[in-house]
Amino acid sequence: MFVTPGYAEEAAPAAGEVHAEVGMEHDAGHAKGVFPPFDSSTFASQLLWLAITFGLFYLFLKNVVLPRIGSILEVRRDRIAQDLDQAALLKSEADAAIAAYEQELAEARSKANAIGQQARDSAKADADAARKAVEAGLESKLAEAEARIAAIKAAAMREVGTIAEETATAIVQQLVGGKPDKASIAAAVKAAGE
Amino acid sequence: MANDPIHQFQISKWIPIEIGGLDLSFTNSSAFMVATVAAASAFLFLTTSTRGLIPGRLQSISEMSYEFVASMLRDAAGSHGMKFFPFVFSLFMFVLVANLLGLFPYFFTVTSHIIVTFALALLVIGTVVVYGFMKHGLGFLKLFVPHGVPGILVPLVVLIEIISFLSRPISLSVRLFANMLAGHITLKVFAGFVASLSALGAIGVAGSILPLIMTVAITGLEFLVAFLQAYVFAVLTCMYLNDALHPGH
Repeated sequence: MFVTPGYAEEAAPAAGEVHAEVGMEHDAGHAKGVFPPFDSSTFASQLLWLAITFGLFYLFLKNVVLPRIGSILEVRRDRIAQDLDQAALLKSEADAAIAAYEQELAEARSKANAIGQQARDSAKADADAARKAVEAGLESKLAEAEARIAAIKAAAMREVGTIAEETATAIVQQLVGGKPDKASIAAAVKAAGE
Repeated sequence: MANDPIHQFQISKWIPIEIGGLDLSFTNSSAFMVATVAAASAFLFLTTSTRGLIPGRLQSISEMSYEFVASMLRDAAGSHGMKFFPFVFSLFMFVLVANLLGLFPYFFTVTSHIIVTFALALLVIGTVVVYGFMKHGLGFLKLFVPHGVPGILVPLVVLIEIISFLSRPISLSVRLFANMLAGHITLKVFAGFVASLSALGAIGVAGSILPLIMTVAITGLEFLVAFLQAYVFAVLTCMYLNDALHPGH
């Protein structure tokens, strides 16, 4: 294709020598200076061999190579589709698991809230009851104390009269001498007390 | 050192065969057709033999070429077009590998011969015509009458459509053939400059740097062209097949 010994038209004998072993009659055609692609003497041979080679090539590709490449591509496409399906399946499973987990979490949280609320309520009720009991106790003690105070006061007030009578008797005895009338003194004290 | 840029397209017989006056010899062109088919088949077969769920690099190349052609065909001709997938894939791989093999120095480029590209293009158009008539009967001829054309213009439009249809195999084959031919001739001419300038001594060697750079750059470009032409051939095949599947536009 590149630099080869030339075969100009006037060099036909040289061409003849080189091609002597592969056929003389052909070189006669070359010697006429026909442009090789337009040399019709070679057409029949080229057509025959093209038909043979291209025909075999076509049959080989059609029956062996192309079905094989087609099946490789199909297997790969199927495999990819299958893997994608698998992935989608796993993803939906994971989503379902997450949803179940979320739901359980929410349930647990609401249950915990309920328990807390209940505990708070019962504690509050207990505290209230205890407070009421204490208050009731205090009130009863208060009432008791007040009653006692009143009793003591009443007792004291009663004794105040007696003391005054005795004091008055003693004063009268000192001032007047003799034994004063007990009844008159009691009346006088009573009058002073009122 | 003389160098003839045309010599690389010369066909030489390796095994002379002649049947009924027809020269059917096994030539260097035949050998490279076999090499193209063998290389493409072996690559596609061996790289997918492990059927890896996770593809290696080489298996990825096979899978990418499969999906590349499959999406090309599906985009152009819809899901009905997938019945032509083995055909379009074979065409694409054959043209691509033939183009790429041709870029190796001293290798013959199968697709640089008009008869090969024309045969492939006729195969495409033949498939379109045969399938179109089989599927739609005479309805396939609606292909030549686009919708919404005013009645008075119909004969003209039909004429243009028929001419454009008939020129398809020619444009399809000449595009590939001419690209390969021109690319290889350019490459050869620039590489020839390197050789002939170098023969002139020190100044010539210095002067040959520029064509050498050009040769390297064109080699890169030719790899792009090799892929691009295979792609264009396959895309146009898909579009023509779409006409066979849906002739009413």
